[in-house]
Amino acid sequence: MLTISGAIRDAIVAHARRDHPDEACGVVAGAFGSDRPTRHVPMVNAAMSPTFYEFDSGDLLRLYREMDDRDEEPVVIYHSHTATEAYPSRTDVNLASEPNAHYVLVSTRDGAHESGPVDFRSYRIVDGEVTEEEVSIVERYPDVTPDDVPDPKRESA
Amino acid sequence: MAIEVRIPTILRTYTGGERAVESSGSSVAELIDALESSHPGIKERLVEDGADGPAVRRFVNIYVDDEDIRFTGSLATELSDSSTVVILPAVAGGSADLAAQGPARSADLAAQGPAPLPA
Repeated sequence: MLTISGAIRDAIVAHARRDHPDEACGVVAGAFGSDRPTRHVPMVNAAMSPTFYEFDSGDLLRLYREMDDRDEEPVVIYHSHTATEAYPSRTDVNLASEPNAHYVLVSTRDGAHESGPVDFRSYRIVDGEVTEEEVSIVERYPDVTPDDVPDPKRESA
Repeated sequence: MAIEVRIPTILRTYTGGERAVESSGSSVAELIDALESSHPGIKERLVEDGADGPAVRRFVNIYVDDEDIRFTGSLATELSDSSTVVILPAVAGGSADLAAQGPARSADLAAQGPAPLPA
């Protein structure tokens, strides 16, 4: 299950609407191992395409360095489909490379970029297997004490 | 000489889970060969046979000192003792069905035909 704050969900939907008819893309980073998406990072779709997205390679490196520096990982990787349903395409499945991430798809088709509900769905994509999961929207994340936050104990960059 | 190579999550199965490994070489091509000897199988994930010989796979990014090697000589990019190398899979996808799909496994993330490059 993906648990995500309503504010971040709304920000992702707004991004998808803003970039329609091109696909919008981005990540929501969170503390390593927390499974909690806390920092929304809208990315530029370097492909500037209604049917394809790709992070610019320089942006990608900066993003991963920044996440490393902050002991974060990409908890959510999202993009929009602008004329089809919010379900991973074969391309999405073949290129999915973060087995620990929640892959969120939103669809702005059928006028959803202007008004009305926007499909917002989440998947795990591991070894070519797509598994849809429930999305739980919360007003805010439960408080955690420092003891609850896993210490990544990772090698430094 | 030892050059640190950052390994992305999806390739850590080849490095026993290590996020970074040390390797050596005077060019990226040599470095990848050295990586292959210590972590068999990893080269296939990084390099493919292109029309003009070995090439970095379309959906793999390799950076030397923060520069994407596509802009610095590709596999021939030179390395020094102080170089840092980062490997990151592209974050890409979309509703378009790319031509020449490989088998639907993330292990084949790089087994794609060339996708339409951004204009």
